[in-house]
Amino acid sequence: MSEASPVIEGKVYVVDDNIDTDQIIPAQYLNLVPTIPEEYRKLGSYAMIGLPSDFPAFVAEGSLQSDYVIVVAGRNFGCGSSREHAPIALGAAGIKAVVAESYARIFFRNCVATGEIYPVESTTRLCDVLHTGDEVSLDIGSGTMTVQKSGDIHTMKPVGDVGPVVAAGGIFPYARKAGMIKAL
Amino acid sequence: MSMTITEKILARASGRDHVKPGDNIWVNADILMTHDVCGPGTIGVFKREFGQDAKVWSKEGVVIIPDHYIFTKDVKAHRNIDILREFVKEQDLPYYYDPGTANYKGVCHIALPQEGHVRPGEVIFGTDSHTCTHGALGAFATGIGNTDAGFVMGTGKLLIKVPETLRFTLNGKLPKGVVAKDIILCAIGDIGVDGATYCAMEFDGDGIAHLTVEDRMTICNMAIEAGGKNGIIAADEVTMAYVRKRTNKPFTPLASDPGSAVKEARTYDLSKMVPCVAEPNLPDKYAVAADRADVKLTRAYIGSCTGGKISDFIMAAQIMNGRKVSIDTFLVPATQEVAEGLMSEHIDGKSLVEIFADAGCLDIAPPSCAACLGGPLDTFGRAQTDEVVISTTNRNFIGRMGSKQAQIYLASPYTCAASAVTGYITDPCQFL
Repeated sequence: MSEASPVIEGKVYVVDDNIDTDQIIPAQYLNLVPTIPEEYRKLGSYAMIGLPSDFPAFVAEGSLQSDYVIVVAGRNFGCGSSREHAPIALGAAGIKAVVAESYARIFFRNCVATGEIYPVESTTRLCDVLHTGDEVSLDIGSGTMTVQKSGDIHTMKPVGDVGPVVAAGGIFPYARKAGMIKAL
Repeated sequence: MSMTITEKILARASGRDHVKPGDNIWVNADILMTHDVCGPGTIGVFKREFGQDAKVWSKEGVVIIPDHYIFTKDVKAHRNIDILREFVKEQDLPYYYDPGTANYKGVCHIALPQEGHVRPGEVIFGTDSHTCTHGALGAFATGIGNTDAGFVMGTGKLLIKVPETLRFTLNGKLPKGVVAKDIILCAIGDIGVDGATYCAMEFDGDGIAHLTVEDRMTICNMAIEAGGKNGIIAADEVTMAYVRKRTNKPFTPLASDPGSAVKEARTYDLSKMVPCVAEPNLPDKYAVAADRADVKLTRAYIGSCTGGKISDFIMAAQIMNGRKVSIDTFLVPATQEVAEGLMSEHIDGKSLVEIFADAGCLDIAPPSCAACLGGPLDTFGRAQTDEVVISTTNRNFIGRMGSKQAQIYLASPYTCAASAVTGYITDPCQFL
């Protein structure tokens, strides 16, 4: 998130309400430690593997990266455990942003603190409008998402209180900038 | 200006006279707790950001309680505990509870208060969403990720937003067979799994006095299941008796000012509550147990930070005493202290261990989180296929206990035990 306001382009993966962290990264993979680079990549390969079996593959078998760049969700995305492995698995898989109607608090916070992905809130329920595989362009700066095929433009909510932390690139750069902790 | 208990604790911890919901403030932590699943990543962040030779902000402030993946052959799980051991040695930390030694405790959320690390009025951060359990003793306690925990480890501080409060006033006394788990499942059913997002869930009312500290822990433990930032109950004599037995450290309890403003207030008459379940796959799918008597079960599970305390096993034993279970019944005490209680607590002259063995339960597992969150494939009680489980745990999401095909019903220890006996979801009152 160190780049202040990027434009994210690519395919969306669409889920609905209450996608919990056990679905984003099931507990059997929590033996992987995110700060070990090889295990960080491995977490990416398991992202969203806990979704019900009728969902399309999020990461192709044998791959470490997803073909999708944005997850579109309904309400309460990331509910459940505080495992930071969840935003990290998504980030490691190549996801740049989640666009959801609302978030569970700890997941949202972990996105911001780690700088792994942008947790963007939509003003309307986009998981009923978009389909997995749709190509979009998400402009973080202007807070708009354009659907390539239809040309439809959807607006996002402002980033709000976490804006300065997001802009700084996470809790550590923010605290260094604010003089709370020393530079390395 | 009047403040809630959560606001008063956060004001004090940030050195302010007053805070209000929405304020973003740096607060001083009293305790940072971590475990084997998030500890190694937290240590990784701490070293990456503060340097290889950095020291934790307070040796006494960091409490490390391995509990998740202890009794498994998984190689990485063991490697992770070794990372904790090395860090504890390097930092010379006094509060580490090492697996395989007499100092091993078990589930962090039960061990933390049992070992005297939870004190009214203090601020506790933990790398686990069920850290909200500790609000049961009048502390502000919330779950955080590894990066925030790495920050706290180095600085003793964290930037947080003061939450709005939802106040649940519990009046009266619960009927026989209805317990704390039924209260919280009912409250979550009312407000939904995101009904308390970003909010404090405060419980007060004359009904609190009739609830033990363990009952209060069950209630605050599941605040996160409604999206709550913290659950909290002001300390009273019951709390003080529990805490003073377990620590000599000084602390100053706080309580909500009369008439302090909240986002929403709800009142419950406890005498009207009934035994209930949360149906698959969300904790807010409230149903009256008696109305689900046609649901056939294949497994019962009693354990975890929510339902693996000694009081939970005493309830289960009251039902199982002199009866047989008809489905596989898994028992996992939360901590070593609970495991010892299973031998020392007696009903009709029989220990709980004897009662459970006579009832036909599986051999009792050693204390850990076990199958509450599925875990490695060889975890005791892990759902491996299309089991239909009734459980005293906290979450029934798809795949939560292992297999995605499994169906999980959440219930009180009474309801779980009664259902284990009949093999169907059962209102426990008929057995009490």
